[in-house]
Amino acid sequence: MSVGTLPVSAVPADPRGAWRHRMADRGIDRTLWLLLPAVIFVVALFVYPFLYGLSLSLTPSADTPGIFGNYAKFFADSYYSSTIWLTLRLAIPATLFNTLAAVPFAYWMRGRFPGKRAVTTMLVVPITLGTVLTAEGLLNFLGNAGWLNRFLMLIHVINTPLKLTYNYWGVFLSLILSGFPFAFLLILSYTSGIDPTLERAASTLGASTWQRFMRITLPLLAPGLATTFSLAFVMAFSVFPSALMLGNPHGDEHVIAIAAYEQAYTYYNYSYASAIAMVMGAVELLVIAAVQALRRTFYIGTTGGKGA
Amino acid sequence: MSSVSVSDPAVESVIRRRTPRIVATPTQWVVWGGVIAFMIFLMGTVGSVLVNSFGRTWFDSWWPQGFTTEWYAQSWTQFDLSQVFLVTLEVTGAVLLISLLIGVPASYVLARKSFPGKGLLNLLFLMPIMVPPITYGIPLATALYRFGLAGNMSGVILANLVPSVPFVIMTMTPFVEQLDPALENAARMCGAGTGVIFRRILMPLLVPGMLAAGILVLVRTVGMFELTFLTSGNSSQTIVVALFNSMNAAGIRAQQSVDAMAVMYMLMMLIILLVALKFVNPTQLVARVKEAPQE
Repeated sequence: MSVGTLPVSAVPADPRGAWRHRMADRGIDRTLWLLLPAVIFVVALFVYPFLYGLSLSLTPSADTPGIFGNYAKFFADSYYSSTIWLTLRLAIPATLFNTLAAVPFAYWMRGRFPGKRAVTTMLVVPITLGTVLTAEGLLNFLGNAGWLNRFLMLIHVINTPLKLTYNYWGVFLSLILSGFPFAFLLILSYTSGIDPTLERAASTLGASTWQRFMRITLPLLAPGLATTFSLAFVMAFSVFPSALMLGNPHGDEHVIAIAAYEQAYTYYNYSYASAIAMVMGAVELLVIAAVQALRRTFYIGTTGGKGA
Repeated sequence: MSSVSVSDPAVESVIRRRTPRIVATPTQWVVWGGVIAFMIFLMGTVGSVLVNSFGRTWFDSWWPQGFTTEWYAQSWTQFDLSQVFLVTLEVTGAVLLISLLIGVPASYVLARKSFPGKGLLNLLFLMPIMVPPITYGIPLATALYRFGLAGNMSGVILANLVPSVPFVIMTMTPFVEQLDPALENAARMCGAGTGVIFRRILMPLLVPGMLAAGILVLVRTVGMFELTFLTSGNSSQTIVVALFNSMNAAGIRAQQSVDAMAVMYMLMMLIILLVALKFVNPTQLVARVKEAPQE
């Protein structure tokens, strides 16, 4: 900042000042020091632990020889390698459901109407309460003697209680209860960003509701859908407390987060746990990359509003 | 042969006109059905915890046999909740303060300056939000344990900073962008030094943004399970982790006292949420999305 106050004639006389001046032209001056705490923070608490974990995962041990020993062990042991499939089997259908089901809701609520804030507030409640409380509540609600089974038996839809806890469905429902509001609120902000005059124009040209949705709204929504899917997938893929509490954590709901956790905290095998965490990150990034690639096959350009 | 009257188009249109509301568009049916189903699940989930926390015994019936408030007192002493709430308060306060101190100056620079490597830095700040907590939490906890920083309060605070600081940066950068730099330049022209500009011009303008960012960090930190779970020890559990641990130690404790703790946690979150919604839009609690121009 003092650079600006230097008299111009002093610049060539003082080589340090001249150098500073040149750097300031490129945007490097003393204000950049303000970034230092944040850079130190992200390097110390994110980059370093990540690299440390990576190096741990590549460290050979007695039962895992070679650099990729931990990874080889992971893929050779079907109890562990199957966790990828068991996690995807939960996360992808739940995320797809949440994202796609949110579209008609958000499309319908895209305009202004009284009570919109009340609806969004209500939806934000399960997100705020968090997965642990949701899991506890669903255990009570969906259990054999829970209200849901009681009600369904009362109206004679079923005769024996549905088994909805300690299996796939319990975890799936918890992913929907906390994931749907998340997807909905994101998509709502994308649909309300689409210029409504576009649809009106299509309407005057004789397009039906369905045509307007398919040819105008959906292509404009594609980037928002891809982003929402990715963010919702990140949440669903790291399903942890609900899989432990509502699923069968040593059987069909032995998801990859549980596998990494039990290696680190039950067996204290940090290098194997780090390897599993790395596999988890890689699989997740692959799915997101695939979604973004798929999104590129759709309309590319401005979305008329704030878009992605 | 005369045609049957029901298939007469005129009659049909009369029938259709008589029941216009029930024949609402299929989309509306689906939407309303979905809203109601979702509400039932939400109410059922929250309600069954609430009812159970007041119930004496509740096995195979719609309602518990008799109600009592004794589970709350029992839960408070059994789970040492005064300690748990104190830890939650301290952790949240520390995370809030530190993440604002680190994040606000950084977002000021990111909003105002362009410099070599800015894109890379932005990506670096985005990563902790895009990667799920469990993925980086396990290497992070391992590294913190190595330096003796995990298993206590400092570990919990450090781990919770990882998503909070980027979150402050993501919320504050657009906020600083919309402040007019001419104000700072004018103050400088009038002879104000950097310190005065910071105190008299920037700080008052930044307060609303910091309030919003702070509230969002507060909600996320109190509710953050994974990172706290991985780095906390016995005396450094926040309320979510204490709740999870007591649920998994079921059988030893009465389920009702666990649910009483859950209700206290729920109340705490709802109060924070109500306060938060005074300052921020519900969507902002979920992700960083530019404000829709509607309210």
